[in-house]
Amino acid sequence: MDRFVFLTFDGLSKGAVLAAFALALVLIWRAARIVNFAQGAMAVAAAYAAYTVTTATGSYWLGLLAALVGGLLLGALVERAVMRFVDHRSPLAEVIVALGLVLVVQAALGMVYGNEFRAAAAPFSRTALEVGGVPLLSRYDLFVFGAVLLVLLGLALLFTRTGVGLRMRAAAFAPEVSRLLGVNVGGMLTLGWALASAVGALAAMLVLPTELGLHPHAMDLVFVSAFTAAVVGGLDSPPGAVVGGLSVGLILSYVSGYLGSDVTPMAVLALLLVVLLVRPGGLFAATVARQA
Amino acid sequence: MSELLRVEGLTAGYGAAPVLHEVDLSVPAGTIAAVLGANGAGKTTLLRTLSGLVRPSAGRVLLDGRPLTGVPVEKLVHLGMAHVPEGRGVVAELTVEENLRLGGLWRRDRADANKALAEVYELFEPLAKRRRSAGHQLSGGERQMLALGRALVARPRLLLLDEPSLGLAPKVTAQIMALLKQLRDRTGLTVLLVEQNVRSALSVADTGVVLALGRVVAATGADRLRDDEELRHAYLGF
Ligand SMILES: Nc1ncnc2c1ncn2[C@@H]1O[C@H](COP(=O)(O)OP(=O)(O)OP(=O)(O)O)[C@@H](O)[C@H]1O
Ligand SMILES: [Mg+2]
Repeated sequence: MDRFVFLTFDGLSKGAVLAAFALALVLIWRAARIVNFAQGAMAVAAAYAAYTVTTATGSYWLGLLAALVGGLLLGALVERAVMRFVDHRSPLAEVIVALGLVLVVQAALGMVYGNEFRAAAAPFSRTALEVGGVPLLSRYDLFVFGAVLLVLLGLALLFTRTGVGLRMRAAAFAPEVSRLLGVNVGGMLTLGWALASAVGALAAMLVLPTELGLHPHAMDLVFVSAFTAAVVGGLDSPPGAVVGGLSVGLILSYVSGYLGSDVTPMAVLALLLVVLLVRPGGLFAATVARQA
Repeated sequence: MSELLRVEGLTAGYGAAPVLHEVDLSVPAGTIAAVLGANGAGKTTLLRTLSGLVRPSAGRVLLDGRPLTGVPVEKLVHLGMAHVPEGRGVVAELTVEENLRLGGLWRRDRADANKALAEVYELFEPLAKRRRSAGHQLSGGERQMLALGRALVARPRLLLLDEPSLGLAPKVTAQIMALLKQLRDRTGLTVLLVEQNVRSALSVADTGVVLALGRVVAATGADRLRDDEELRHAYLGF
């Protein structure tokens, strides 16, 4: 029973990060109807920016800031310089371009930083605090929960309470009408990519200290889990991403806890497969609905 | 009367063959101009070219003497042009209130944008009761009110209306026509009104333009189009 409780808390804190990362995917999906398969590589790039800044200044927080700003800029750059020119009538073209971007980013990171693991610093202790003899949550886990909650609240406020949020939603739902009403639709798309990429960067910063550390491929498996979470949540809904993230986190935690961590990567892929089978076309269902 | 909208030799289309051929148009400020013509005559294309959604291959559009060539679509609303597209363009996923707010978001004068919003609710009472309803929950008439109201929140000088009567009961159509007349008389609004419903359009219009196969075949006073049987027979078929 203790083990179950421990695994549950562990799964929830893993899930919180997956939720944040899934949220980044949902943001881009809502803005551009694209699954950004380059999200993981882009987030790692931002985390390397943090690594550089933290190494130079000795401050985790300046590094975190660098990752967020770097994420924003990288997202905007990818939209402006690459995605804008992809033929949006073909989802396959977008997927292929995104996968190409993954290769380019990972190769560039490998060239600059080398293909070895580098320690990712955590700002708080990762030792779990015990409650009644059962180790439950560490200070770092609490930091992760707090950060994800803050992002959720911030996004909810942005989209429901601000003019920019209203513009972003309108631009995604009805681009032509929005332009007639004075909305800079291209700008909103860039902003959507920037925001999503910053959220992705934050997720990477939160998850890397709990994994093996920093590496050009460090987010590959996390991406698959987060993608699964986003699909579970329906791709279109931020609350769905959170529910999906927490569910996937729990499942992975139980699998690695009871069956062994070697099985986890396979479990992630199996889960993705099951989700895609159970929700056939679930991925693109929203697109079809919108076109109708 | 000063000229608000001027169109010179406008040629535009979607592919190789143009849909509009050298269209000339002049709309004085504070008047309603009806654009009439059969299905496929190019009325919608004309409005879409005026607001920059379709790029002309020749000719130009002047608003208040200023050429609009190269002005991005999203900037036109700053110059006083509002376009209610065919099918109304209500954003189905947004609420009534959000749709209306969207119409005034670009304005720096927040106080007046809010005032304009309140005026729209006064003008269209059914909307005031449905502020929180999503666009897709509205009836056809309510959608038309919303689309029109959303354009008015921008306090335009020139309103481009594409078939506002589409799918509406005659009574509602009459109300909308009366409203246009009232806005023209009270606020000096200029309207370019595309309509299939020729009689109701001509009942409020000052001038009429008839398009056939993308060309202007008649441009004259609305009363002449209304009263001159020959003209009516030749171009409007009744
Ligand atoms: N998006 C488009 N792509 C290609 N051709 C188009 C497009 N839209 C319209 N056309 C063509 O342009 C011509 C004029 O169409 P338009 O929509 O301007 O006519 P309209 O006068 O508004 O007709 P209606 O009264 O039916 O609304 C038609 O022959 C139509 O087939
Ligand atoms: Mg039309």
